[in-house]
Amino acid sequence: MRVAGKGLVDRSTTVSFRFDGQSLAGHPGDTLASALLANGVKLVGRSFKYHRPRGILTAGSEEPNALVEVLEGNQQTPNVRATVQEIFEGLTAQSQNRWPSLRHDLLSVNDLAAPFLSAGFYYKTFMWPRAFWEKLYEPAIRRAAGLGRLSGRHDGAVYEKAWAHCDLLVIGSGPTGLMAALTAARAGADVILADEDARMGGRLLAETGQVGGQSGPDWVAGVLAELAALPNVRLMTRTTVTGAYDDGTFGALERVGLHLAPQADLPRECFWRIVARRTVLAAGALERPIAFRNNDRPGIMLAGAIRSFLNRYGVAAGQRVTLFANSDAARQTARDLQAAGIPVAGVIDPRPDASPSEEFPVYAGAEVIDTAGRLALSEITIRHKGSVTRIETDLLGLSGGWNPTLHLTCHMNGRPIWSPEIAAFVPAPNAVPGLIPAGSAAGVFSTARCLADGVAAARRALAGIGQRAPDVPVPEAEDGSYELQPLWAVPGKGRAWLDFANDVTVKDVRLSVQENFRSVEHMKRYTTQGMAPDQGKNSNVAALAVLADATGRGIPETGTTTFRPPFSPVSIAAMGAGGRAAGFAPQRFLTSDQASRDRGAPMIEAGLWYRPGYFPRPGETTWRESCDREVAMVRSTVGVTDVSTLGKIDIQGADAARFLDLVYTNTFSTLPVGRVRYGLMLREDGMVLDDGTTARLDEHHFLMTTTTAAAGQVMRHLDFVQQAFCAAWDVRTISVTETWAQFAVAGPLARRLLSGFLETPAGLPFMGCAAVRLGGVAARLFRISFSGEEGYEIAVPARYGEALFRDLVARAETLGGGAYGMEALNVLRIEKGFITHAEIHGRVTAFDIGLDRMVSPAKDCIGKAASRRPGLTGPEREQLVGLRSKSGAAITAGAHLFTPGDAVGRETGQGYVTSVGFSPTLGAWLALGFLKNGRARIGETVRLVDHLRGIDVLCEVADPVFHDREGVKLRA
Amino acid sequence: MRIPCPLCGPRDRREFYYYGAEDYLHRPAPDAPPEAWDAYLHLRDNPAGITRDLWYHETGCTAWLLVTRNTVTHEILEVALVAGRTAPKPARGRRAAP
Repeated sequence: MRVAGKGLVDRSTTVSFRFDGQSLAGHPGDTLASALLANGVKLVGRSFKYHRPRGILTAGSEEPNALVEVLEGNQQTPNVRATVQEIFEGLTAQSQNRWPSLRHDLLSVNDLAAPFLSAGFYYKTFMWPRAFWEKLYEPAIRRAAGLGRLSGRHDGAVYEKAWAHCDLLVIGSGPTGLMAALTAARAGADVILADEDARMGGRLLAETGQVGGQSGPDWVAGVLAELAALPNVRLMTRTTVTGAYDDGTFGALERVGLHLAPQADLPRECFWRIVARRTVLAAGALERPIAFRNNDRPGIMLAGAIRSFLNRYGVAAGQRVTLFANSDAARQTARDLQAAGIPVAGVIDPRPDASPSEEFPVYAGAEVIDTAGRLALSEITIRHKGSVTRIETDLLGLSGGWNPTLHLTCHMNGRPIWSPEIAAFVPAPNAVPGLIPAGSAAGVFSTARCLADGVAAARRALAGIGQRAPDVPVPEAEDGSYELQPLWAVPGKGRAWLDFANDVTVKDVRLSVQENFRSVEHMKRYTTQGMAPDQGKNSNVAALAVLADATGRGIPETGTTTFRPPFSPVSIAAMGAGGRAAGFAPQRFLTSDQASRDRGAPMIEAGLWYRPGYFPRPGETTWRESCDREVAMVRSTVGVTDVSTLGKIDIQGADAARFLDLVYTNTFSTLPVGRVRYGLMLREDGMVLDDGTTARLDEHHFLMTTTTAAAGQVMRHLDFVQQAFCAAWDVRTISVTETWAQFAVAGPLARRLLSGFLETPAGLPFMGCAAVRLGGVAARLFRISFSGEEGYEIAVPARYGEALFRDLVARAETLGGGAYGMEALNVLRIEKGFITHAEIHGRVTAFDIGLDRMVSPAKDCIGKAASRRPGLTGPEREQLVGLRSKSGAAITAGAHLFTPGDAVGRETGQGYVTSVGFSPTLGAWLALGFLKNGRARIGETVRLVDHLRGIDVLCEVADPVFHDREGVKLRA
Repeated sequence: MRIPCPLCGPRDRREFYYYGAEDYLHRPAPDAPPEAWDAYLHLRDNPAGITRDLWYHETGCTAWLLVTRNTVTHEILEVALVAGRTAPKPARGRRAAP
């Protein structure tokens, strides 16, 4: 029910929404919780385990009960806290964990079975038979327990990530946070003020006390106006700082569009990484309930939450109110309600010396021992001066004191410290480097002291980063004392709830101790206390106190479990923003990309690159037809393919040749200018790192090519070797992979294609290189081949790449050739026994691939010493061989090799297959692979087995070079 | 985690490639005994506390860095250019002299 004249919501406008199909109305500024309470809705959910009727316990993000599903279709979002969700026109919300309806939930039978469902029930009951667990028990339990449902469809909404940097991050915008932000802002520091609420002001929005002679909200508005006008301040509402990490980095979740009707391009949430030189944690404190029998009915609410709903939202959550509180401060709830005309039926104060009041009846030294009301509270039973009395009430306010919101101080292993004065944990000093807890978050509990502490914290923070703080006057405000007598659980029979979210009672904790799970960590796991979405915000300290009592230890000795990120739930979608589907994953496109797509080429991913698989011609229906044609085309006429993905590294300096001698196994200092040499590179552990050709463009100028796969790795390696071992040498390296577009022109007609094209005809020998011009452009020509045919590679500055590719392909087509793709390129190189990273996969030596003679005995090189270790050479090694399917049946890469007649098993394995292709040139399936002592077994038969694809074929072991072993065509 | 690159200033650790312990800088002589090479390639300390390791500013200036940091507190105590070392460190403990 709304109370006239109270609250900050905009009563002039009405917002309609639906809850469980019922159409309701609220006002802008309402949360779903305040709007439901304004409509008299008290029952909003069913509990996790016992399906008990539950209402709204809190007014903040710590809410354990009022979890709902919002939105519909693929936007459906479960487990939204009604106390956080703002209403908007057309919002639909559903209660959870009930069937068929919230009022009549069949699984509330669990509540009757409660004696059997105590802590550890699952562990004890569903032990055997073992096979039943997966098939029967787990699905049944999952159906019965649990919270909201996902839609099962892709979430179509947009999420974002963002980064921010500041001098001072202030977390929380209550009195402490506002004063801290104001002090730092006036000093000129870059300030971010973040608050999880939609509106800044913290508890000042929920209290009636004056600040600096103004109402709380008016004073807040004044400070915010000053902050908003400053260019060095960023105000972030709806932004929960969820985690503290290294170097002053904080994770924060901003609800960008969750308070509005979904719009296609409006992000729902943004996950921030905020890097702050200093941080003031002014997150306030959380009120804690008291455990007693049936303390979980709808209509039982924290005393401070009642004030929030009344003073901020203008909602009376009940009509006849009682209060069960162990401090004077909580009586403000009764005073505010009385002032708003809502009768207070009694204040139950467990302190025997509690002061009486003229405004409402006070039961000093009394306790609530039970409650009644099936779907909402109707009466409470109290024990007072030895007698038991019942009081009719529909709203019971609870206050067992306050716990500082110190969660972030635990995120880097900090353990909070028990403070007996406030019977609560307070942050350990320097728990997070650069983070200063202040105000209630540090256990300071009056408005006046919080305001002053905010200024002090900001001054400390500014001093830490060498900035001067101005004098900021602290406004006058309430400065009441905070004296409470700790009361965690009222002794008595029946179930008294500690953890509402996971249905953990005082009894469960005591049972845990009885069964010897006495450590706080064991108790937590045995009872699941503190493991629900609220992470024990409402129950940890009380559960610890009950545990301490049951084990006869004090609270400090009992210890505490730690709080880990996130402070409140963060959707995976927000953390993974930019990572869905292609997301922000980089894509690298060739200069010929569009030209290839124009020709209908399907693209294949090669690392980050996209390369054409093949170029289909009319009438070709499978990739094999295109591939076979392209292979034959290169072998008989001429083919053109883009090889720009190969890494290109420019190496210059007087010591460049010497440097290459160190990184390659073979010698490059002897390479004449204008010539190209094939080089092999090892890792320092003796395994092959990469191979490729390097051209000597000039005396002190080399161009290295790497494989596509290892381009980055090789660059890193060269930089390491150069900087670690020869920093004083005159040599510099840089990647020019994307500077040059490079195309292979291969086939018997390659020379004819080029001779009509190059302005400076180059009669290049095999493995020669030259600077040439074509079309007025300076280019580089290399006579190298990865196909086994006479081959050239032309490199032009990348901006000419597309034009050159189109021109080369058109010229090739007039000669009966054309473009070829990755599939054909792969078959061509398998026919020639050329290796790729399928072969040099990191576990092979130069010996294994038959290139040990390339390791020069005349000089040192990286990896040389280790390559001579025992076990890296010899007949036991698996050596590179060619394989040819004997029956003509298809064979596969990844298959394993066995000696015919041997059992097929891990122990009898003789090797494996790395690359496979059908060779149209030889009319056979060919493969490259590694076979134990393979070079000595050429001509033998091996059995190729691929269990995964059901292949079992006999193959002939062959030399890896199947085609033109003498290299006649290459050197033509 | 951020690493203060001597050339680029403080940068997010995602810009860096991690290689391994500082040991990789102390390459034995080509004819050093196999034990020296084994130690160089394989034997590593696993300290809870101060450690020195190699990072590559791959998406930045491509400098290799020698980072002194605390594995317990994640503090970065010193960052130096690998190429800027004045002289190679003398061999330590179990590593045989080259």
